[in-house]
Amino acid sequence: MNTIDQESAVLNDLAKIRSAFPILHQQVNGKPLIYFDNAASNQKPISVIQALEHYYKHDHSNIHRGLHTLAERATVAYEESRKAAASFINATESDEIIFTKGTTEGINLIASTFGRKFLVPGDEILITTMEHHSNIVPWQMLCEEKGLELKVLPLLDNGEANWSQLNSMLSDRTKIVSIVHASNSLGTINPIKEIGEKAHKVGAIMVVDGAQAAAHLDIDVQHLNCDFYAFSSHKMYGPTGVGILYGKRKWLEAMPPYQGGGEMIKEVSFDQTTYSDIPHKFEAGTPNIADVVAFKTAIEFIDRIGKKAIIKHENLLLDYASKALTRIDGFRIIGTAPEKVGVISFVLEGIHHFDLGIMLDAKGIAVRTGHHCTQPLMECYGIEGTVRVSFAIYNTIEEIDILVKSLESIVNRLRS
Amino acid sequence: MKNINDIQDEIVEEFSFLQDDLDMCVEYLIELGIKNKQLSDEFRTEENIVKGCQSKVWMVANYHQGAIEYKADSNTLITMGLVGMLLRVFSGQKPQDILNSDLYFINKIGMNRFIGTQRSNGFAAMIKQMKLYALAYLTKEDVKSESS
Repeated sequence: MNTIDQESAVLNDLAKIRSAFPILHQQVNGKPLIYFDNAASNQKPISVIQALEHYYKHDHSNIHRGLHTLAERATVAYEESRKAAASFINATESDEIIFTKGTTEGINLIASTFGRKFLVPGDEILITTMEHHSNIVPWQMLCEEKGLELKVLPLLDNGEANWSQLNSMLSDRTKIVSIVHASNSLGTINPIKEIGEKAHKVGAIMVVDGAQAAAHLDIDVQHLNCDFYAFSSHKMYGPTGVGILYGKRKWLEAMPPYQGGGEMIKEVSFDQTTYSDIPHKFEAGTPNIADVVAFKTAIEFIDRIGKKAIIKHENLLLDYASKALTRIDGFRIIGTAPEKVGVISFVLEGIHHFDLGIMLDAKGIAVRTGHHCTQPLMECYGIEGTVRVSFAIYNTIEEIDILVKSLESIVNRLRS
Repeated sequence: MKNINDIQDEIVEEFSFLQDDLDMCVEYLIELGIKNKQLSDEFRTEENIVKGCQSKVWMVANYHQGAIEYKADSNTLITMGLVGMLLRVFSGQKPQDILNSDLYFINKIGMNRFIGTQRSNGFAAMIKQMKLYALAYLTKEDVKSESS
């Protein structure tokens, strides 16, 4: 056993963990699949796939209104997922959990409800240069509609935000500070608790885009003391089409509904409609019941391994890969902050990321290439895009070795 | 001079030797990409960019003795390889033949493996651009013959 195996308890169970993911055991383009596109969406364990099948085979019905047995079963399963989500991020109560389509919808919901109700012309929203388009565009739309100003905190060369400028960019006009917890392009982990404290001092709320953090960091919204935290099931071993928006009760109660329709009403008449209590006020229409139900199984999968072991394993992969890849001639990592999740964005001098992506795919290695929905960030670095390698619990040191060898052979070929 | 379909058949045959190995197909495109990079910096201008491609592609055309000569470049090698196949099929052909052509080699070699659904629009844009050049030169010829 080498030192790497001894260092990580998770690695000892890795074969067992990998066996839970059917999709990993296939050949792609004649080579064993190596899946390094986890930041875009990670793969699903068999328990999640079976939960979906079980729900449709045994429990499906519409929820909350039916009196029959299946309606009751489906409702209980759906609400159990809400409780599991609340517990996963240590929310005070499950009523503070709203199910959405994904992180993007979560942020749009805040902009459309909190933003429209509480912000007035001249108010400011603060984000950073490293934000995903999902944490830029909804605020730009709100700014245009209401005459607000979007302020953008610049970055340091290593991919950390320049927090020394934070105090000077906050003022009593700042009403929303919305920051990514872990950057999808750089991997940078942001100090959410400290930023939130400063935001609260000037009377702003703290919104967190947790899409990239939820499966990779320990999330405790009470400790972070954020006002909103949005994340997605599909980036944490769960089904696609499910997002989770945590919001403090006081805000959710004060906010108007997001959409109108069934489920979100108390009483409807042509003269006046009254709305349901939270969280149902924000869940108009029949939700994505099956995927929400199966999402609970994804949380259970993560809990069984434990965040501590996950973080340890992914840090090990990050360190090992960062060192090994940097030895390749002309290799440059974009994003070298000291605190990172398992994301390595890179450029290789003289070789376009598009060519690298296709050449790696031909060798069975799935990576992401392009701007990763962070075009302003790419502009800040003066590049068109990067190749991004991102890790999950099932990735191995051996896979990284194959990646390094493959990149070396591509470099040798193209520079010959 | 081989006609368009002869050249298409040649490409299909060459791909059949690659035995469906994607690694080898990519290598083939890279070779083609390196070989076909023909444009010097002065032609890599905004007006020569083929619109609709995800990668940057620049293309120019010249009309000489009844045939069109295309030249192109791209910022990515594999795209250049794809363009290289189009140059091979269309360069040196008559405008009318280019306009009438049916590019069956694209499906036969399974081009979608390289360009994917998102990039197929870009590839279609390149073909459209080449046919537009053909149409322009054909119209010019017609006008010339009518006025003479």
